[in-house]
Amino acid sequence: MKNRSLSFWLFLTPTLVALALVVFIPMLEGLFYSFTNWDGLSFTKMVGFQNYITLLHDKAFVNAFWFTVAFVIVTVIALNVIGLGLALLVTQKFKGSNFLRTVFFMPNMIGGLILGFIWQFIFTQGFSALGNALHAGWLQNWLTTEHTGFWGLVIVTVWQMSGYIMIIYIAYLQNIPQEIIEAAEIDGASAWQRFTKITFPMIAPAFTVCMFLTLSNGFKIYDQNLSLTGGGPYNSTQMLAMDIVNTAYNSSNFSLAEAKAIIFFIIVAAISLIQVFYNRKREVDM
Amino acid sequence: MSKKSTHLVAIFGALIGLLWLFPFYMIVTNSFKTPKGIFASVLALPHPATGHNYVNSFKALDFIGSLTNSLIITVCSVLLIILCSSMAAYALQRNHSKLSSGLLLLFISAMLIPFQSVMIPLTANFGGVHMLNMYGLMFMYLGFDCSLSIFLYQGTLSSIPFAMDEAAEMEGASRWQIFYKVIFPMLSPMTVTVAILNIIAIWNDYLLPSLVLPQIQYTIPLQMFNFFGEYTKQWHLALAGITLSIIPVIVFYLAAQKWIIKGVTDGAVK
Repeated sequence: MKNRSLSFWLFLTPTLVALALVVFIPMLEGLFYSFTNWDGLSFTKMVGFQNYITLLHDKAFVNAFWFTVAFVIVTVIALNVIGLGLALLVTQKFKGSNFLRTVFFMPNMIGGLILGFIWQFIFTQGFSALGNALHAGWLQNWLTTEHTGFWGLVIVTVWQMSGYIMIIYIAYLQNIPQEIIEAAEIDGASAWQRFTKITFPMIAPAFTVCMFLTLSNGFKIYDQNLSLTGGGPYNSTQMLAMDIVNTAYNSSNFSLAEAKAIIFFIIVAAISLIQVFYNRKREVDM
Repeated sequence: MSKKSTHLVAIFGALIGLLWLFPFYMIVTNSFKTPKGIFASVLALPHPATGHNYVNSFKALDFIGSLTNSLIITVCSVLLIILCSSMAAYALQRNHSKLSSGLLLLFISAMLIPFQSVMIPLTANFGGVHMLNMYGLMFMYLGFDCSLSIFLYQGTLSSIPFAMDEAAEMEGASRWQIFYKVIFPMLSPMTVTVAILNIIAIWNDYLLPSLVLPQIQYTIPLQMFNFFGEYTKQWHLALAGITLSIIPVIVFYLAAQKWIIKGVTDGAVK
């Protein structure tokens, strides 16, 4: 198709128009509004970097930032360890391994909002019943402190996303030629040696994929946060995405919310760009 | 592996599987209990079992209405995404110029932008032209989700030889006929992947529809959120509502599992 041909542009029009109206124009408007005193409808003056200076001293934002960073670090490690563990488990040949795959992936089909409600019941009702039965005090009053809220969010995320990460690791595990493993077995390599010397290096690309997936998903989490803890108690478990939504729609501080959204964009985009460059470099190296 | 160790692995697997299923056990069993039954024991099986919670939450959730809204929005958005993205990917892939690589880069770069960064001006703009409704929402999904879909289609298109287009052109087919009679059917494996990824994302989406839809067009997640707010301390009703709302998803998952796993793998790995 030629650049100037009518059909070329007709084929592209619907998506180009949608992309412009839904993503790029609002993004540029948002960037502009972050330098104004916009109240959601109109603005009276430009304020320079005032909103950005304000957000640096905004306790809710700073708290949400560090809470999110801690959450991302813990979930990236947990998801990759558990996801790989599940993948290794279900790729063993035993009766029921396919059924287990189905079970592990199932939470991924359910939306974050409903998952949060499910676990709210388990943490508040199930855990306290279990705590009574076992006389374990640490199982009581979950989600009422920042600490238990944090671990609650981690557990929900791990339960939801491990199956997804497992699927990706399985795809890479199945690409390992069986002959290499068998040859190593004949040469007398133990199961642990086969894992560390063959399987592990051969699924290295899967680590990059999974690490960046869990990294950027972790930063963007909103639904689970909303339905599990609602950011409480006292906004202590509020993550970045939720802080932006609340700054805009609860506090009606639209220009500050825009400044936060721009910082949020820079963080998320940087993670993705690092991944792209890293992948390029690895492909060149190989 | 020896037979004994296979058994050990199977038992270990079964235990982990049970742990994974435990939350489902909790919500389903407790949804059949009376408030007293839940208070007496959360872990026990329902005794006596009651179906009343389902009757009540079915009504309170307006289940038929919200299920219909969810279905209309998901199906229409996904069809729109499939049609428009495959067309765009076709135009971009068959045009070897700087312009088309530039446009592809534009689409891909949109994937870097998180929803919260466009949300406020987006809803303000659409509100200004009275498009905060399900039609506006479908258009927004096209804008948000076309990038990944175009990217996936584009990869598959490069494996369909240009000779196919030329042969059809010799027979006198128009550009549109070549696309929808020859090329589009050959893309069907990727169409399944694109459909699956978008169905899961759109069906479960909460934040965007909550900012866009009027109450009459509420989808299941939105209805669940309101419902939950009203019945916070009434777990017997809330749990029946949760169970109802995940039934369609589980049925879809079990029926289309093979394609779902393939679609999710393609979407993540490519």
